[in-house]
Amino acid sequence: MSKDKSEYLINRKDNQYEVVIGLEVHAQVTSESKLFSTSSTKFGAEPNTQVSLVDAALPGMLPVINEYCVKQAIKTGIGLKAKINKRSVFDRKNYFYADLPQGYQISQFKDPIVGEGKVILDMPDGQKEVGIERLHLEQDAGKSIHDLDPKYTFVDLNRSGVALMEIVSKPDLRSPDEVNAYVKKLRSIMRYLGTCDGNMQEGSLRADVNVSVRKKGSKEFGTRCEIKNVNSIKFMQMAIEYEANRQVDLIEDGQSIDQETRLFDTKKNETRSMRSKEDAHDYRYFPDPDLLPLEVSEDFIEKLKLEIPELPDEKKKRFIEKFKLSPYEATILVSDNETSNYFENVIKKSDVKLATNWIIGELFAALNEKNLEITESPISAGNLSKLINLIKDGTISGKIAKTVFEHMMEGDKDPKKIVEEKGLKQESDPKALEALIDKVIDDNREKATEYKSGKVKLFGFFVGQVMKVSAGKANPQLVNEILKKKL
Amino acid sequence: MSDITKQSLSELIKNIKDKKLSSTEVTKAFVERSEKSKELNAYVTEDFSAAIDKAKKFDENPNLDLKLPGIPMAVKDLFCTKNVKTTAGSKILNNFTPTYESTVTQNIWNEGAILLGKLNCDEFAMGSSNETSFFGCVQNPIDKDLVPGGSSGGSSSAVAAQLTPITIGTDTGGSIRQPASFTGIVGLKPTYGSCSRYGIVAFASSLDQAGPMAQNVRDCALLHEVISSYDEKDSTSIDFKRNNYVKELTNNIKGKKIGIPKEYRVNGMPKEIEDLWKKGIDYVKDCGAEIIDISLPHTNYALPTYYIVAPAEASSNLARYDGVKYGFRADGENLIDMYEKTRSEGFGAEVQRRIMIGTYVLSSGYYDAYYLKAQKVRKLIKNDFDEAYKKVDAILTPSTPSSAFKIGEKTNDPVSMYLNDIFTVPVNLAGLPGISIPAGHDAKGYPLGLQIIGKAFDEQNLLNIAYAMEEKINFKNKITDWWIK
Repeated sequence: MSKDKSEYLINRKDNQYEVVIGLEVHAQVTSESKLFSTSSTKFGAEPNTQVSLVDAALPGMLPVINEYCVKQAIKTGIGLKAKINKRSVFDRKNYFYADLPQGYQISQFKDPIVGEGKVILDMPDGQKEVGIERLHLEQDAGKSIHDLDPKYTFVDLNRSGVALMEIVSKPDLRSPDEVNAYVKKLRSIMRYLGTCDGNMQEGSLRADVNVSVRKKGSKEFGTRCEIKNVNSIKFMQMAIEYEANRQVDLIEDGQSIDQETRLFDTKKNETRSMRSKEDAHDYRYFPDPDLLPLEVSEDFIEKLKLEIPELPDEKKKRFIEKFKLSPYEATILVSDNETSNYFENVIKKSDVKLATNWIIGELFAALNEKNLEITESPISAGNLSKLINLIKDGTISGKIAKTVFEHMMEGDKDPKKIVEEKGLKQESDPKALEALIDKVIDDNREKATEYKSGKVKLFGFFVGQVMKVSAGKANPQLVNEILKKKL
Repeated sequence: MSDITKQSLSELIKNIKDKKLSSTEVTKAFVERSEKSKELNAYVTEDFSAAIDKAKKFDENPNLDLKLPGIPMAVKDLFCTKNVKTTAGSKILNNFTPTYESTVTQNIWNEGAILLGKLNCDEFAMGSSNETSFFGCVQNPIDKDLVPGGSSGGSSSAVAAQLTPITIGTDTGGSIRQPASFTGIVGLKPTYGSCSRYGIVAFASSLDQAGPMAQNVRDCALLHEVISSYDEKDSTSIDFKRNNYVKELTNNIKGKKIGIPKEYRVNGMPKEIEDLWKKGIDYVKDCGAEIIDISLPHTNYALPTYYIVAPAEASSNLARYDGVKYGFRADGENLIDMYEKTRSEGFGAEVQRRIMIGTYVLSSGYYDAYYLKAQKVRKLIKNDFDEAYKKVDAILTPSTPSSAFKIGEKTNDPVSMYLNDIFTVPVNLAGLPGISIPAGHDAKGYPLGLQIIGKAFDEQNLLNIAYAMEEKINFKNKITDWWIK
């Protein structure tokens, strides 16, 4: 495939525009308690039931760093093959808002905990490396609820103080498809690490999307707009598409682009200006005097490295080398830890090739249809493994296996039992098959004669007849062999 | 005993332990005197009947092994006290009652002391005369219409007037030492990180430190021993080995090297301050210590540095008082309007001035020129002390450039007010311990203080020098009880 084919360009008259995208992903750290307090982070609790004195910014309350969140951020940094900064600093980002109790967000500005790293994307035309600028820890704000009362806004502080990792990419992304692959890969890495559950419905993963356009071949970046707080990959893609086209139209029209912050309206599928550069907040960042600089030792980092599991890229490599999977198959199977675990459990006791086909084919289709995750699969890895062995040892044919599979989807039943109960066992007894075949030849004397006189195409007809009479249970290989002899 | 309130903390403890006095008798005596002393305006909140109840309870089953057995004590209204209103001297917290206790006050109650009430202070501890308090000026018991210093003005007045046997204040740029000096009492600002800031209404986080204010050095050492503790709830709290400050207290300071910084001889310093300092040097020599001239070259920059760093932190620390969650709220047309009205009406002029200064110095485009530069100078000031401490064990200076001034005298001249802190501010910037002890009187009979600055975590040495000097100085406060009719 040539590189040009997959290039995402916006065409206007004689001009072709390239889209330049950078993402600031906000990933909620998987942690029992908040970044600077001991309150629970559990999703879905009654409003304001998970709020400590610190989270509500009562007078005299002080933040104390949650070591677990620090470990999670460092692990994520290791997963992004990034530089871990042994010294980082928490700063205050000052602004007033009703759901920001302190009047400032504790974040990391000049000295983040994680520096430059990279993420490898598996695109249809090959791999692409996306640079990571930095990862820093920060507090989430609370939630303002505007629609409960005509006059008042209500505030829920359950999220206030929850730990977030802001992962900033370099402006290396060039299309909505790459954004899709990037967010999925990032999510996959963090789920492997157990540092973020990546649950976009619950807001565990959101992104600010920076978009600019430039004429193809240009080396200069265009003026960018930042689309705030987009909470699904689909919306990110839609927002980019809209925003890039809007910018191209402005340029084509001879106008300039204002650097500004925009919002994506998911109902109207358009981005709208939120505030211009002139109105941008002056956050008055300065080091939080309530917190000392965060210092971690080499030893601390080395110990965390030992806790890092095999990550998608390495696992993919292993699957290809050890199990002879195609890159395509391997990419699919390692996309999340649960799938690859499932796969590895199935092949513990069964054929790799068959297992790969059955998981990527039948199982994914069936799960998709029922809208289930692999962890919710009605068929356990053990039973799928048994099914594959029944095919392999000739107990059932591939076709019968599909019937058995359907029964298994109804409830996790041992395929052997299904085969027995439903009498689906493949007929591989040569004597029984001979009798069956004799009867079919007898019933179709004329066709047999035609075959013998050279109409070889009729062989398929006889196979079909035998399978039909045996209700699909006849071992197709044996049927072939015996038929050849008899005819 | 009729003169209970005249007794020092150490005497009271001894009498309670010897069962010559009950906690109830002691508490009632201080309550009575406090009741008669309303004109001083030292209290913001009185908790007298609860205090007497607690004292009675203590007497029913007295635990005399505690360090402060049944001792009544009023505290600065900057310390959050559970179920007792805590205002920080501000209208914006006038209706605020914490559900929690500061670590420092909790340490005090754990040793058997009893809360008498909350003492007046400058609004959010921003002031040097207690005149910025929403609850009005505090009278210095030394003389009518004289300021008691600030920001711990209610505390200094209450100890000097014997409304409480002892108290705690907070010191961000001199707020314990300057009022102690103005009222003729002892005030210690401990090393930054000695006393937990948890539950203390924050002014400037990197400078704030709680400390004892007492009638004498021994009492001061005792209370310091109680309040100094490592606290996991304060990330800037430091886990170091704390002394038994009272047990280890000694007046033997023979051979100690005391530095005299030439830069503290500021222009226009009154002669009586100069003389006091000279007298102080003589006392130290009398004690067998050695005097060494030293230089702290960046002293001149301390005050401007302080007035960048402290307001910067304050502007952020005070952002939480927005009318949304607790405290005073003024209704507004919308959120922004509510913020503006709440903060305009809720904060007084000095607090607003410092929020403005702090917001300005942190603004983009000014940050490097002000805040960052100030942080660099702060480091230089600290280096000055580090250098000096290679040669000396402690440093002796005046506590303030003048004695107490009249109420209203400096209210319209903030810079002249700020100059009050010229000798105390460098100590906070360097995070060091400093103590002010009463050392003499000026021509008007107003008390004057000397400051001893120590090495970090070297409070014991500091207290010992103060203890030795105290003996030589033999200071007597001239208080006439003019306010009691």
